[in-house]
Amino acid sequence: MQAFEYSAPRTLDEAVRFLRRNGAGEPRVLAGGTDLIVQLREGRRQAALVVDIKHIPELMELRHDDRTTTIGAAVPCARIYGDAEMRRRFPALIESASLIGGIQIQSRASLGGNLCNASPAADSIPALIALCAVCGLSGPDGERSIPVERFCTGPGQNALRPGELLVRLVLPAPKAHSGAAFERFIPRNEMDIAVANAAAAVELSADGARFVSARVVVGACAPTPLLVHEAGEALTGQPVGEEAIMRAVEAVRAAVRPITDMRGSAAQRRHLAGVLARRVVERAVERARAAR
Amino acid sequence: MTKAHLRFELNGEPTELLCEPRQSLLEVLRDELGLTGTKEGCNNGNCGACNVLFNGALVNACCVLAVEADGGSVTTVEGIAEGERLHPLQRAFLEEAALQCGICTPGFIVAAKALLDSEPDADEARVRHWLAGNLCRCTGYDKIVRAVLAAEAEMR
Repeated sequence: MQAFEYSAPRTLDEAVRFLRRNGAGEPRVLAGGTDLIVQLREGRRQAALVVDIKHIPELMELRHDDRTTTIGAAVPCARIYGDAEMRRRFPALIESASLIGGIQIQSRASLGGNLCNASPAADSIPALIALCAVCGLSGPDGERSIPVERFCTGPGQNALRPGELLVRLVLPAPKAHSGAAFERFIPRNEMDIAVANAAAAVELSADGARFVSARVVVGACAPTPLLVHEAGEALTGQPVGEEAIMRAVEAVRAAVRPITDMRGSAAQRRHLAGVLARRVVERAVERARAAR
Repeated sequence: MTKAHLRFELNGEPTELLCEPRQSLLEVLRDELGLTGTKEGCNNGNCGACNVLFNGALVNACCVLAVEADGGSVTTVEGIAEGERLHPLQRAFLEEAALQCGICTPGFIVAAKALLDSEPDADEARVRHWLAGNLCRCTGYDKIVRAVLAAEAEMR
């Protein structure tokens, strides 16, 4: 593997100082390492300095209050699905965190890392977007927040500025009569990269008969995970049923910009995006009704 | 490149060494410490041959930097037996003939131990799910799953 220096700062300020350091190569942030270490070994990314963020309390916190849940960017998947309140509040995110790699990956890999790696096929990003998660960033110019749907800017590209670090993901606590779900299509049972994936979050009227609001997101169907506003609009205010859901499915199929590669053709991905969108909306509805 | 001074607990014993930041935990275990039970398969996090327990969690040692282990604890397949007495999993792998070439076996044993330690009543579906991150190109997995279930029954 290429040579680099390593630092394990204990505070956010210290981490930002390391990250803004200029020199021969870029500093890289290490969380679970399941992407970064492989990329460094294979020469797909370069680093002069690796900054391990797992000793910084803010990066490792997992905290719930009445209004929000805060997930430190380096919290591993296993801690997320091992947390009873996470399971109660965000089953869609649990579905994502439970199928990223195998147990060995889940014990290290973090949602923050999955997001920063910015793969179009990332499995945790659609659920985060559907659930209105917001990225908390810290950098040389202080802190700022951006919604997760604006974080990925292209395959492997994100909105972080030089010296900036993803600190946390903040999710609003689920409202009454709301539900969310995530699904992925792969040609095997486990351990694969999505041909397509999708997440939806819906809020229903108190009687469960009407969509109050909805967010539908598909992955591996565009250069970044895609929040399909038109699909949400097709559902909002409508009675829960075939007609509205099919309009949302059509909106998803119209919005995707898939490519053909070794995992699937563009036509297959467009088809899958619709199928998965339909399934996650229907399951989100079931959950919203059960949550009444 | 400056070497890092690394102190951690390895199979219950305090261990100290100097290593480069770019060395993976797998490389340090095998090349610096001579513990060659942990195998290098894919070296990219797919196959599980390098599975070890790191601070109690099952990880791929190829996807951990050795410097990360400073202050932590690591258990390798060499730390599974109690002295000369094989762990029930190790005995079951022998009795069920759950290996052919053997390269994947240490990873499977470490992974299965992590499962049985945390879920002593895991059923076959759970065992298969848990071991999805360990690849075996010889056995077809059936004998491995049988061995894990046999060890589980013995340990109960």
